[in-house]
Amino acid sequence: MATTAASAGDAILVVDDITVRFETAEGPITAVDDVSFHVKPGEFLSVIGPSGCGKSTLFNVIGGLLSHHQGTVTVAGETISSPHKSIGMVFQEESTFPWRNVTDNVAFPLELVGMPRDKRIALARHFIALVGIDGFENRYPGELSGGMRQRVSLARTLAAAPKILLMDEPFAALDEQTRLLLGDKVLQIQQQLKQTTLLITHNITEAVQMSDRILVMTYRPGKVKRIVDIDLPRPRTSEIVGSEAFGRYVAQIWNDLREEASRGMRDEESHVLHHHHGGA
Amino acid sequence: MTDATATQRPARAQVAPAVIGFATVTATLLLAELLIQIGAINRYIVPPPSEVIEAFRQIVVEEHIFRRFLLTAAECLTAGVMLTLCGVASGVLMHRFRLLQRACETWVAAMASAPLVLMYPLFLVIFGRNALTIIMMGFIAGLPPVILKTIEGITATRKVLVDVGRSFNLNATQQFWKILFPAALPTIFVGVRLGLIFALINVVGTEFLINYGGLGQLITDLAERYDLAGTYAAICVVILVSVLFFMALERIERWLRPVD
Repeated sequence: MATTAASAGDAILVVDDITVRFETAEGPITAVDDVSFHVKPGEFLSVIGPSGCGKSTLFNVIGGLLSHHQGTVTVAGETISSPHKSIGMVFQEESTFPWRNVTDNVAFPLELVGMPRDKRIALARHFIALVGIDGFENRYPGELSGGMRQRVSLARTLAAAPKILLMDEPFAALDEQTRLLLGDKVLQIQQQLKQTTLLITHNITEAVQMSDRILVMTYRPGKVKRIVDIDLPRPRTSEIVGSEAFGRYVAQIWNDLREEASRGMRDEESHVLHHHHGGA
Repeated sequence: MTDATATQRPARAQVAPAVIGFATVTATLLLAELLIQIGAINRYIVPPPSEVIEAFRQIVVEEHIFRRFLLTAAECLTAGVMLTLCGVASGVLMHRFRLLQRACETWVAAMASAPLVLMYPLFLVIFGRNALTIIMMGFIAGLPPVILKTIEGITATRKVLVDVGRSFNLNATQQFWKILFPAALPTIFVGVRLGLIFALINVVGTEFLINYGGLGQLITDLAERYDLAGTYAAICVVILVSVLFFMALERIERWLRPVD
């Protein structure tokens, strides 16, 4: 059921017994309950779960943005309690800087470490080409589509050369076709850079398409329900979506997820009902 | 060059607004001229535009308009620079220290809507009858909107941008200069623009009231001589000053922030 902690020894990211509670108006809520897993170097791990399973909370804890949790997050042997340079975050929400053009957005982390201007521009251009938006170096985010802006964010994060790429539903706001094509891009980059990646998502297709392993979370409190190994050949592209093996994995994960998602839905319905009748 | 497509709009589309704007003003003036000439508007209250245009020559030659213009412009510029620096700094401080914000925001807002020009006797006592009084009147009137808009702009910075900064481990100074300030800049400029309007009104108003230097005093002078055409011409010069200020400000804004 729970984690196979067998090979945690060579892991680059170890998440150990993370529990997060929030105080709300209706009493304390356990958002994440005792979650443990690890990610090996070069591995692509997805965390999937229904809305309200604490995925984003977990993202913030691993990214070091949230610190009132129990348990530890260890990166390359170092326990972290604040944002760490080994972890590069890509956010769900549009997060490019509208006052910087594409090049200066991507060069942002390089500017922070004091890299000389011509050098950081050259490096930024490399990452801009990597995510496939070369030709738009001097454009501002306001002139780009949502998919392109998300690629700028990805390039900016990659430019910092993080050991672990941590993404929170980076394609959630995009349409299905853009999402599939961008998924291809991420796969290609991940395979090219051997980039260790942790993807938070609620999209089963996306998770199966990209991952080596998928961690399925339960609905509130968010626990680890199962970790599924995705034994599909690499290099992969979005074409794999049509294969029979792919369909089997999707079905298997949906089976796990359906139970949780419907529990979440019932919970929300009763919540609405509750409020309709004037609270407890 | 991919950039060329965006900037090379048809020339007609760029010229059209200016042409229509100019035509509207001309038409209004012609209509006023006509109404005054046929006697529908009393020419001893509103002088015909043709006389006002004529009067420009007179105020340029006889009334040292250029020197007055420079004085008023210098007063406005000084007040503008002061209110921008102090206003933005106060706004930043009030955002940084919440207690200060909770304590002061209400009365700053109250100050923004108060007729501060009525405080001129107090300022006369403090600073004397000179340009400093005029500058301080402009400064104090333009300060509140800059403070309020600075707080608003910083507070409204999207949380995800702050999180991006945090994820890159920015310290407080970097977080401010690299994220909060640029994110707030468009809103701050709205405040500065409002502040300059208030400052300009108060500078000219105080010149008018205390009968000291500049274009405001010229308006008093000409009005007291019952030189209506000259008065209106002087008012036009004041409008010209404000137009120049806003064009300059727009330039600065474009330079600081090329695209919103």
